[in-house]
Amino acid sequence: MYQYNDFDTAFLAQRNKQFRAQVERRIAGNLTEDEFKPLRLMNGLYLQLHAYMLRVAIPYGTLNSAQMDTLALLAEKWDKGYGHFTTRQNIQYNWPKLSDVPDMLDALAKVGMHAIQTSGNTIRNVTADHFAGAAADELEDPRPVAELIRQWSTDHPEFQFMGRKFKIAVGAAQKDRAVLKAHDLAVRIVQNDAGEIGYEILVGGGLGRTPMIGKVINEFVAREDLLAYIEAVVSVWNQIGRRDNKYKARIKITVHEHGLDDIRARVAERFAQIRPTFTGADQKLFADIKAHFAAPDFRKAPTVEFETAYNANPLFRSWVDTNLSGHRAEGYAIVTVSIKKHGETPGDATAEQMRTLAELARKYGHDELRISHEQNVILPHVHKSDLTAVYTALREAELHTANIGLVSDIIACPGMDYCALATARSIPVAQQIATRFDELKLEHDIGHLQIKISGCINACGHHHVGHIGILGLDRAGVENYQITLGGDATETAAIGERAGPGFAYDEIVPAIERLVNGYLELREGPQETFLESYRRLGLAPFKAYLYPEAQANAA
Amino acid sequence: MPRAFTPKVVTANALIEGDVIYLTSQDSWTREMCDAELMTDEAHAQLRLLEASQQVDVVVGAYLADATASDKGPQPTHFREEFRRTGPSNYFHGKQAVASQDGSTL
Repeated sequence: MYQYNDFDTAFLAQRNKQFRAQVERRIAGNLTEDEFKPLRLMNGLYLQLHAYMLRVAIPYGTLNSAQMDTLALLAEKWDKGYGHFTTRQNIQYNWPKLSDVPDMLDALAKVGMHAIQTSGNTIRNVTADHFAGAAADELEDPRPVAELIRQWSTDHPEFQFMGRKFKIAVGAAQKDRAVLKAHDLAVRIVQNDAGEIGYEILVGGGLGRTPMIGKVINEFVAREDLLAYIEAVVSVWNQIGRRDNKYKARIKITVHEHGLDDIRARVAERFAQIRPTFTGADQKLFADIKAHFAAPDFRKAPTVEFETAYNANPLFRSWVDTNLSGHRAEGYAIVTVSIKKHGETPGDATAEQMRTLAELARKYGHDELRISHEQNVILPHVHKSDLTAVYTALREAELHTANIGLVSDIIACPGMDYCALATARSIPVAQQIATRFDELKLEHDIGHLQIKISGCINACGHHHVGHIGILGLDRAGVENYQITLGGDATETAAIGERAGPGFAYDEIVPAIERLVNGYLELREGPQETFLESYRRLGLAPFKAYLYPEAQANAA
Repeated sequence: MPRAFTPKVVTANALIEGDVIYLTSQDSWTREMCDAELMTDEAHAQLRLLEASQQVDVVVGAYLADATASDKGPQPTHFREEFRRTGPSNYFHGKQAVASQDGSTL
């Protein structure tokens, strides 16, 4: 993992000192809210419905146990004992007092964390595949590239006041676990025919009110050209992107309006201009960064105990089958810890749970943790011989739910329970769906099914790319939920199709139940997932289950 | 034709805590909507909003929210204001947890 050097530490200390003074001036009445707002947003501090919200960056979702312990400390000392992991691999605290925030930021700085550029029209926290460094199918660890981009984009003078925010994601595997195609810019680490490692660059993806799938602007950017190329893309957009209308300001609209070829030509021109200014310092830095991400010292040990437990304990077996993924090192597994216990808030972990996770990482996980955009926590490197101990500890902390990738592993934004932008609630809908399918004891039969819920058109809950997407709206002063079907967040990314009229708050859970029951009837067998059935059959047969009355009326 | 004016309260967030507050007829701020001043005259409401907005060292983001009169004081007419005066639905946090513990004036 990346460790801050003296420069990083000094930069952060200075920035926190500045913000502390800004907060003091605001409280003393020397700054108006109009003056203060851009300053607090630069430091990740929002004002929501019931309180301030501090969004802390977890760069590319990677953290160590000391950092996780600090996140627990913040939750306990300055919040209400919990934190909310987000779809951007960040954590949000929903109840800080303005006067406490400088102390929170100082506590974070002690473990090399901050809230810089988690808001505002800047380059946001760089996200990455949450199995980075552990996945069996990756070309190389994408985190050094993500860290390089993080350092380049942090406080980048050209990109502090852009027309809108800009989100970058990095992946290096066959499977896309980072929703690359829904980002303003995505870097996919690839290998060319000559065997050289380079980068495929995608631009213009995004969700929100105008969802778009990212397009390949360059199939292969050489390793030493990466930063200059990304800088050229952001620079071109920063100049020609629309500033007259915030709904048309994202790069996806710029690409759409100008056409990919035009943007590609402009980027090539800008790249030619700025490339000579990258004189190799970035490559030296990259080499340093790479050293920080050296693979842990994987150990060899017998796995007999694991196999015995697997065969003897059906609950453990179910958890192993559902929550574990293949690791690149022999004898190891990637453990996804579900932060989606049935009936609980997706992505919310208590301080105590965070400490358990930190302890497990220290004891059994080479001191590494990851946060996924799916709002779960990952122990990326666990030897199979430790899995029973890990499982036992997770059980004690109520973190052992075996539902990864299943119907109750729901992404949900905070929605109108917290967010000032929301038009309807998301969390209770997620809670009720998970509770209902748990009662039905059907979710393992249903298999892989991703439900994603957003409480407004901005789509923080990724509803467009959910197999089942739910969008909460305000229709004439009442919460109303629209369903989209067939979305896909992976390498075969697709925007879901709107199923029809929306459902009232008390109708949405029964509607989802009818839909899923319909799928169970429609599928060719348990091997055919919801998404596969949908792709085979199209919207019509699913619609019949969602709107039985319309069907009856038409008959 | 302009839309008819509907009754309003002045609401905002407190500067330090960030929680929801309402302007009373006594020029103080309350944490309970039922103690807020309900305004039925548009010109008066705009004036009160202006006065509230000027208190930059006390409040953030003052605005006029629709409300309706009741025996128990002003009540929200939209679910967003209902959530603001209550707290989130996933935890017993926020206003619902501290209801009327503190006499509720700033």
